[in-house]
Amino acid sequence: MLNVAVVRFPGSNCDFDTLRAAERVGTNAYFAWHRDTSLRGADVVVLPGGFSYGDYLRSGAIARFSPVMQAVQRHAADGGAVLGICNGFQILCEAHLLPGALLRNAGLTFVSKPVDVIVERNDTAFTSAYQPGERLRLPVAHGDGRFVAAEDTLRMLEAEGRVVLRYVPATESSPLQPNPNGSACHIAGICNASGTVVGIMPHPERTADPLLGAPDGLGFFTSLAAARPRAPTLNVPSR
Amino acid sequence: MSFRVHVRVMPRGGLLDPQGQAVEHALTALGFAEAGGVRVGRAIELDVAAGSRPEAEARVRQMCDKLLANPVTEDYLLEVEEV
Repeated sequence: MLNVAVVRFPGSNCDFDTLRAAERVGTNAYFAWHRDTSLRGADVVVLPGGFSYGDYLRSGAIARFSPVMQAVQRHAADGGAVLGICNGFQILCEAHLLPGALLRNAGLTFVSKPVDVIVERNDTAFTSAYQPGERLRLPVAHGDGRFVAAEDTLRMLEAEGRVVLRYVPATESSPLQPNPNGSACHIAGICNASGTVVGIMPHPERTADPLLGAPDGLGFFTSLAAARPRAPTLNVPSR
Repeated sequence: MSFRVHVRVMPRGGLLDPQGQAVEHALTALGFAEAGGVRVGRAIELDVAAGSRPEAEARVRQMCDKLLANPVTEDYLLEVEEV
């Protein structure tokens, strides 16, 4: 069974939703605490949303140096899959596992609402269950979601096809306000060069249960469940 | 020796600074039409024990590069004061 570590920092939220969504697709999901130095044989790591360490200094800036993140760095360097959701995306940027940074929303307000996004690529560890070009309606809830990066970094991300999710422009069939935060190139999610580390601002775990409406977010979890176990694991932890 | 270090972290020029814009609008609304180019950053003060002023400054630069400022989006200025 695939081991999925959901990392909890002081101030994480949607951690139980994330755990439930990972369990729903048949994985052995468990929590890792920010002080843990081991991910206990995780095949996949998920950094959930929230306000780790109160978002003090900058979102993700302090979480980035927590003991568990040293283990996440090693996991990612070994080619392990890591998904950062919202605050998790901010932490991955601060940790330099993904390029760029997430700054205060252009409108200055905290934005909490559904948005329409387009799946730009489905050959990542977390989007293989979707079709390229597929449109999803996912909730966002963030104050610091404006993706910025140096011009040459943005060009590189586009040239290498590393934009995973993009906010869809408003149309008649999709009247939601586009780009809720002023992100460069309407970026809602990106990945590293190998597609194993993915950061997204929307919260797929909040729409992974049919009881809560169209389960548009479930695909992120069915995708990760298709990952290959990384190594034989002894003493598989249970939560 | 002990030094008091004042660190000023500012959003990099050219990057949209919505906080600065909002403050500028508020100043204009309050009748301070002469105010412009408002940018909002962060000030951090800390005490540093070091053998010399350059050593204190070098250590705080490391702190800035590692944690206090984000090299992707922010610039910083240091002021070192012997105490």
